[in-house]
Amino acid sequence: MTLVQLSRVTPGVSDWFFQSLSSPFIAAAGDSRLERLPIIARDLLTSRLPEPWRWWLNSLLAILVVLFGFAILFALLTLVERKVLGRVQNRPGPNRTGLPFTKLRLFGLGQPLADGIKMLTKEDIVPRSADKLLHFLAPVALLAFSILTFAVLPFGRNLVPVELDAGILYFFAAGAGTELAVFMAGWASRNKYSLLAAMRALAQLISYELPLLLSFVPVIMMAGTLSTTGVVEAQAGWKFGFIPHWHVLTPWGFAAFVIFMVSALAESNRSPFDLPEAESELIAGHLTEYSGFKYALFFMAEYFGMCALSAMAVTLFLGGWRAPLPFLEIVPSYVWFALKLFALLFGFIWIRATFPRLRIDQLTRFAWKFLVPMALINLGTAAFWSLTCNWSGPLQLARWAIALALVAGPFVVMGRKLSRDYAPRTYRYA
Amino acid sequence: MTNSPIVALHGTPAVAGGNAPSEICHSPLAPGGAHVRSVRDEFHGDLLEVSMGPHHPSTHGVFRMIATLDGETIVKLKPVFGYLHRNHEKIGENTTYLGSMPYTDRLDYLCSMTNNWAYALAVEKLAGQPVPERTEYLRVILAELTRLLNHTCLAGFLLQDTGASGTPLMYAFREREKILDLFEALSGSRMMCNYQRFGGCRVDASPEWLEAAKRLADGYNEFLDEYEALITGNEILMARTQGVGVMPRQLAVSAGITGPMLRAAGVDYDIRKVDGYGVYPRFNFRVPLGDHGDTYDRYMIRVLEMRESIEILRQAFAQLPSGPIMDPKAKIRGFKPKPGEAYGRIEGPKGEIGFYLISDGGANPYRYRVRPPSFINLTVLEDMCLGHSIADAVIILGSIDIVLGEVDR
Repeated sequence: MTLVQLSRVTPGVSDWFFQSLSSPFIAAAGDSRLERLPIIARDLLTSRLPEPWRWWLNSLLAILVVLFGFAILFALLTLVERKVLGRVQNRPGPNRTGLPFTKLRLFGLGQPLADGIKMLTKEDIVPRSADKLLHFLAPVALLAFSILTFAVLPFGRNLVPVELDAGILYFFAAGAGTELAVFMAGWASRNKYSLLAAMRALAQLISYELPLLLSFVPVIMMAGTLSTTGVVEAQAGWKFGFIPHWHVLTPWGFAAFVIFMVSALAESNRSPFDLPEAESELIAGHLTEYSGFKYALFFMAEYFGMCALSAMAVTLFLGGWRAPLPFLEIVPSYVWFALKLFALLFGFIWIRATFPRLRIDQLTRFAWKFLVPMALINLGTAAFWSLTCNWSGPLQLARWAIALALVAGPFVVMGRKLSRDYAPRTYRYA
Repeated sequence: MTNSPIVALHGTPAVAGGNAPSEICHSPLAPGGAHVRSVRDEFHGDLLEVSMGPHHPSTHGVFRMIATLDGETIVKLKPVFGYLHRNHEKIGENTTYLGSMPYTDRLDYLCSMTNNWAYALAVEKLAGQPVPERTEYLRVILAELTRLLNHTCLAGFLLQDTGASGTPLMYAFREREKILDLFEALSGSRMMCNYQRFGGCRVDASPEWLEAAKRLADGYNEFLDEYEALITGNEILMARTQGVGVMPRQLAVSAGITGPMLRAAGVDYDIRKVDGYGVYPRFNFRVPLGDHGDTYDRYMIRVLEMRESIEILRQAFAQLPSGPIMDPKAKIRGFKPKPGEAYGRIEGPKGEIGFYLISDGGANPYRYRVRPPSFINLTVLEDMCLGHSIADAVIILGSIDIVLGEVDR
């Protein structure tokens, strides 16, 4: 290999596909071999190819890694969800299925495989009077929209499949397509439960789109960019040398994070906002007429959506792939990202295990009368925070106090208003 | 929306013509006096008729609700039952008195012990048969255990209906299993106990069994505290159940509602206090009453009743006398009561469970009739559901506490 060729091999010289290694963002800790492992592995595979091919192959590789990675994560997540639910509910969860053809049970690790085989071999039933094309397209579209959102997520240092300037905008634009797919499923099934679910889904998803989008506007304001890597970059550095500059650790950031997560719960149809597929009311909602592989696709899309929104929350508020403490930076960035992602996903599962479901009018009221005003006020709080960034000493304390009051005040006032119709009761005895 | 596929699916138009006023009006402005659809019509659209059941995850068995919906609001609800009808009362007339005893287990299959007791009470009244004191105490113990069992199940199922993903249900069933274990140890069967006899009961409770039952009763408050900490104060639960499915006191009385549902509406009527059957007058217990008559009250009354049941159990274990469990003069074979009629009723977990018997002096009852609490409580379903959403109908049904074995008989 000549020197010229070697320089071409240097990762990231000409491709924008993975963010360039020679970018100015690289810190010293980011240079470890473990940290660069994904990129080194990619270069091993593709560096010997001529330039025009390499770009295509790199793209393909990134797509495959993301797709398979999240497919495996989906399989694991179904098992983890059932295990965690089981532990919360005083039961072991799936623990019988292990390696096929052996007696190894492996704590039920074979369960996703068994589920997959079951789903694939089931009969695919389409109702006679269904709109067959839409009935087929709905799960495909839902999954496609969910997968599209993964393109802009920074999974680690320099590990972003597509470096878009308007990455966050792209993420939510692609994610909004899922609403259409859910409605398609409900409408095309020609089932009354499905139709009711479709109406609910539209009302719910559109209501929660607004607080979801409003909640991260302060983040963009602060970071000054719509790029996902830019947002992660804005959270770099340490206060007093050990407190990370994550957005969640500021008053407005915390409020925005909570609003974002609540809206994300609703957007991904998870309990307590699982109204479109409310099992006790609408059988399975928009999934009533789906079986077999299409049903599995819906599930996959639900989990993908959950993963994508959690990953976005990590990026926007939890410092992305950054380590929580300076000395922990030796751990590779993608590990931190995965850990934070799992923590949020665990939160999703935990919430599912403990809350009853809301009613549709309460659900939309909560969005319009609580979350949207909270998010708007939070915008003001963030503006105040930004304006007062050079206050110091006692003023710094005042800044915190005012910002906290700006968050807590509306929370208490609007929360009281929202819950004035009900209260714990005392009972009399005859 | 005139060509809505939903209407077409049904065969007949789903619009309730009788309820909705004609929304087509003559407008003087329209050319030629043509029919113009009013604005109200544009926004209201058609009504949707949804048949929930007989196989639906939350109709608690083979029950069917034909709900007519305006959006998600119920404008009409027709309960349909009878899918589990098995001629219980006719069979009762063709069987001996004792032969019907195991069959009463199958009425309300969660509360076989209280069904047995009510039936035994009716026959004992008919035959003038006294019951030994120890058996009376055992009956109280078993009836209160059954009340715990039933209310625990209800709390679990109700929360399941509100969409709580099984966690409350699993906690409730954990305790239910313990009570069922006790029943199995005593009667040999977990749910179909067939334990009572006319003038006594089948087997005596061993000291070990009593010890185990006592331990369960002592530990039950702990479970209730845990359960309430988990769910009672939950804001979503309160928002979902308070003010939902209100049953006015007047309606409750005139419809013949009994049990916790009646007391949740604020009517002080507990047959344990009113009739004082068995040895109930010897126990100190209170009757909780609700003021609103809504779903939350119906849930909370049951929780509070469980706490009172635990008190009764404690007193019963302390007072339990020794002695025979069967009246020595009681006749089992060739049991033929004198002609006459009797109505025996007790406060079952779901309400007044009663058996009405007419004897013509033969080995079989001439007439055998069950007063099933959940069937009669179910009759007010539509009144409670109107104006609420379909999601509420499910939890209102859950709060009525029905068992289809008893509703359909």
